[in-house]
Amino acid sequence: MSARFIALLLLLVLQAADLSAQGFAGLGQTTDGHALPDPATRFEYPADHGAHPDFRIEWWYVTANLTDADGRDYGIQWTLFRSALAPGGAPEDQAWMAHAAVSAPDGHRAAERFARGGSGQAGVTASPFEAFIDEWQMAGPSLTDIRVTAQGTDFQYDLALAAGGPFIAQGQNGFSVKSEAGQASHYYSQPFYSVTGTLTFPTGTVEVTGRAWLDREWSSQPLTEDQTGWDWVSLHFEDGDKLMGYRMRNEDGSAYTVGTWIGADGTATPLEPGDLVMTAAGISNVAGRTVPTAWDIALPARQLSIKARAIYPDSWMNLSVSYWEGPVRVTGSHSGTGYLEMSGY
Amino acid sequence: MTGAILTALMSHWFRRPFQMATLILGLALATALWSGVQAINAEARKSYGEAADALTGGGLSDLVDPSGPIPHETFIRLRRAGWLVSPVIDGWIAADRGRVRLLGVDPFTAPRNTAIGADRFEGETDIGTALIVNPATARRLTGADRPLVVDSAVAPGLALADLTVAREILGDTGYSRLILLPDQPLVRPPLNEIAPELAIEAPETAGDLARLTDSFHLNLTAFGLLSFAVGLFIVNGAVGLAFEQRRPVFRTLRALGVTSRRLVVILMLELLAFAAVAGALGIVLGYLIASALLPDVAATLRGLYGATVEGALTLSPAWWLSGLAIAAAGTGLAALGGLVQVARMPPLAPARPRAWAMVSRGTMRWQLGLACAFALTALMALGIGGGLTGGFILLGSLLMAAALALPAALSGLLHLVSRFGQGPIADWFWADTRQQLPGLSLALMALLLALAANIGVGTMVASFRDTFTGWLDQRLVSDLYVTTEDEAESSLLQGFLASRSDAVLPIWHTEGEVRGAPAEIYGVADHPVYAENWPLLAGTPDVWARIATGEGALVNEQLARRENLGPGDRLDMPGGWQAEVLGVYSDYGNPLGQVVVPLEVLVARYPNADRDDFGILAADPEGLRTALIEEFGLPESRITLQTALKAVSLQVFERTFAVTGALNILTLSVAGLAILTSLLTLSAMRLPQLAPVWALGVTRRQLARIELIRALVLAALTFLLALPVGLGLAWVLLAVINVEAFGWRLPMSIFPRDWAWLGFASLTAAGLAGLWPARQLANRPPAELVRVFSHER
Repeated sequence: MSARFIALLLLLVLQAADLSAQGFAGLGQTTDGHALPDPATRFEYPADHGAHPDFRIEWWYVTANLTDADGRDYGIQWTLFRSALAPGGAPEDQAWMAHAAVSAPDGHRAAERFARGGSGQAGVTASPFEAFIDEWQMAGPSLTDIRVTAQGTDFQYDLALAAGGPFIAQGQNGFSVKSEAGQASHYYSQPFYSVTGTLTFPTGTVEVTGRAWLDREWSSQPLTEDQTGWDWVSLHFEDGDKLMGYRMRNEDGSAYTVGTWIGADGTATPLEPGDLVMTAAGISNVAGRTVPTAWDIALPARQLSIKARAIYPDSWMNLSVSYWEGPVRVTGSHSGTGYLEMSGY
Repeated sequence: MTGAILTALMSHWFRRPFQMATLILGLALATALWSGVQAINAEARKSYGEAADALTGGGLSDLVDPSGPIPHETFIRLRRAGWLVSPVIDGWIAADRGRVRLLGVDPFTAPRNTAIGADRFEGETDIGTALIVNPATARRLTGADRPLVVDSAVAPGLALADLTVAREILGDTGYSRLILLPDQPLVRPPLNEIAPELAIEAPETAGDLARLTDSFHLNLTAFGLLSFAVGLFIVNGAVGLAFEQRRPVFRTLRALGVTSRRLVVILMLELLAFAAVAGALGIVLGYLIASALLPDVAATLRGLYGATVEGALTLSPAWWLSGLAIAAAGTGLAALGGLVQVARMPPLAPARPRAWAMVSRGTMRWQLGLACAFALTALMALGIGGGLTGGFILLGSLLMAAALALPAALSGLLHLVSRFGQGPIADWFWADTRQQLPGLSLALMALLLALAANIGVGTMVASFRDTFTGWLDQRLVSDLYVTTEDEAESSLLQGFLASRSDAVLPIWHTEGEVRGAPAEIYGVADHPVYAENWPLLAGTPDVWARIATGEGALVNEQLARRENLGPGDRLDMPGGWQAEVLGVYSDYGNPLGQVVVPLEVLVARYPNADRDDFGILAADPEGLRTALIEEFGLPESRITLQTALKAVSLQVFERTFAVTGALNILTLSVAGLAILTSLLTLSAMRLPQLAPVWALGVTRRQLARIELIRALVLAALTFLLALPVGLGLAWVLLAVINVEAFGWRLPMSIFPRDWAWLGFASLTAAGLAGLWPARQLANRPPAELVRVFSHER
């Protein structure tokens, strides 16, 4: 997706510059000294699976829709954020933050970690692939075959992810535009993972299977200063097609909505601004906030008209930087499952 | 109706504003001393709590390596195994007036919502280079070459910094400890699989420091309570007088149909109003007393225990309310007797003030019995012992026994003295003095307590000062004390000094756990100056010769008493070896245990010991100091002259007892006021007894002189009786309380000159207190005296 959100807490907390926190979690800032995304850049795998410390922010973001033997739904999230406290790419100038969560029938659980760059407490290597912070890790021989683990005080998961399709460059060959003003990021996904593994709770362990989606994105200024947050979805349809879409909200109530249609065969078609229509269709009160956990989504060009509904509306990430992130069920012209993320509420 | 009664009763006070002033002043003083002491205690405790919070991350457990610092790799290994720990670098930096504790923390991993969590660093821009300190500490660090971020929430005497900053200042030697976060993840391997060398250490809580300083606060509280009790005597005197003088009003009101219950309720309301006014006044006074004394208390606590206390007061509403409550309770207690009398008074009781009954043998016997019971308790406390509490029980029982026995003792003394009396006036004088004892006994008890406390505490302080200065003279054997930057500088310094000084004595030390408690371990060089100058409390005959051969160790008195060690005992030392205790030395002002071993042993057993302190013997210390600064280039701050060290030590000592001195004077003034109010009460009531003497031809002036002499005689006798009580008190303080509280026993010295001064002060107080009623008597119109015979007789 686009500007998912970021470990700006650390920037706010630690950085020497005077940060006027504008936009969500300080994302709307200028890029002094950091590299800028370039439309001419083409991804090189596996090198681009590793970190890009010249850019200010970067993330490795996994979400998965899972079910147990009884058909109960679960969702998990595993995210590692890198944030440069100063330009130049030096390891000690990097701050790392990670979020992990499990959405389950009996409630949403989340945990976070922070690490100082260059300390050995967190980092990413491209090949063999490993991204880690503390004991949480996403590691495998390669990014198409990884083991993802994380835990909090009341949950732990250990999942094997195997990709059955190619990496998908989002936007124009991976150059993903975030606003009319041209803010952009480098962005690719791996939406074709199948998952097996276990979720562990204080009460016991659950065997699960399902589908996962990886987002890789790096940039230096993904939001304009008048953007207040975003609503993002990644959807797996039953026929094997996928849809990624996001809606960047502006202060004046307007929004910039784009996305990518991903065929079951791995062909990706970028959507022009305005092709995709995302309409809030219902709200939930969670953690003292009002969050639209029901969305009606239309893509007339593909005769798509669906309802995406949060499976567990209480999926609020009540962490140092807080937002809503949880699994959704899709009905309508197409059916399936997916993930919804909403920030800035 | 109630309003009318109240007006009738209150008119008394408006006719006698001085009496009202005495009542309010006494109550206000009592409240002030009590609440002032409470405020000081509360402030100190709060500071301990803050300090412990910051140092430990709010009562969290730590992982420590008993053998030294924890390498960064161990921290990473733990984190990567799922152990949520956060590293801390703990050290000291030089500052004005000593040093400041530097705490390097990692905001990334530190527990949230604690004194060292990331929230503390939020919005700070200089965090990569700055020290975060409170305003007072900032003033002590003006010489530091780093930006200071001032945050009043940081504990006193502490500088918080990012790990990287602390590492730059203190060097990259690993972590002092790892904070164990309270919420750990679901699955973790056991600690001994990841870092078997580490141990979990329970949180060091505010309690440790609080326990250490408990005795000090108990001392203050005891003083506060004593002052409050003495203040209540004043209130008792004033209320008693007012009740006696208002008997006609009471009778009239009762005759007009006011029930005794109603009268009592209204009197209680009146007293409550007084308590509210005086309580408020007392709280303000208490605040002033506390603000005035707090800097001294802070200095004391820093000097004695290294505890840092903020020099400014912040008071909670609970404190204000408790001050008012104690004022109300005190008034109630002091007025209880009077109220009971009013309730029992028959409506047609005689309206004249009732003279005191004959010396009540019953009361005196009853008091004597109680005194014996308290004396027995004191003896039991002394016999059984049992810590500081036992010591204070002993102290309290001793004082109570003395106070209760006072009337009987005075009566006996007067009886004795009266035998030498000649002539009718003298006989009457002694007999009448004895008859007044019950009325004055409370005030005299107050005086006795104040005098005994003065003598006892004065003797303790003076004994302590005597011992301490003598000890300083002997103990500070070197002429110059120098601290070097590092070992390279140390060896350069030794070369530099080789030809310029008589001797360079390394005073190297390390810290470790001895018998389960933190202790200091010092290494001293083999030099005859120690044998010549170091006074030992106990030791084997050839102690210095045996120390020189590396055979054993000296321990300080605190450690010896705590662990019951004596010459010949074996002591387990950190690092797994044993030393024989060869001697015990006194070590005043140090809360920690201390062990002294030969320098070679220290270096061999503890290679990491601090090797930067040196004592230097020199014929011309001043000249050598100049040479060290100008030729060797040692910063001035790292050289201390023996004379300066002595001066500072004595200054700390004097400040330690400044508070005691101030409270002493206050208590004595309160006692003087108590005598005054009692005498005023009596003088009004005693008219029927004086009138016949006047009628027999003794002039008013003579009578007044006799009254004055009576006050002086009673004060003098009380003073004489207070002497043994005070000395007993001093003995308890020196030989019981000090040993329990600080771990050292002090020899008692006697200072008769101080007593003379105190005797003079108490006679002056009594004389001044007696002067007023005497003047009143001398100027009383004869008609009033005559009227005694015409009225209601």
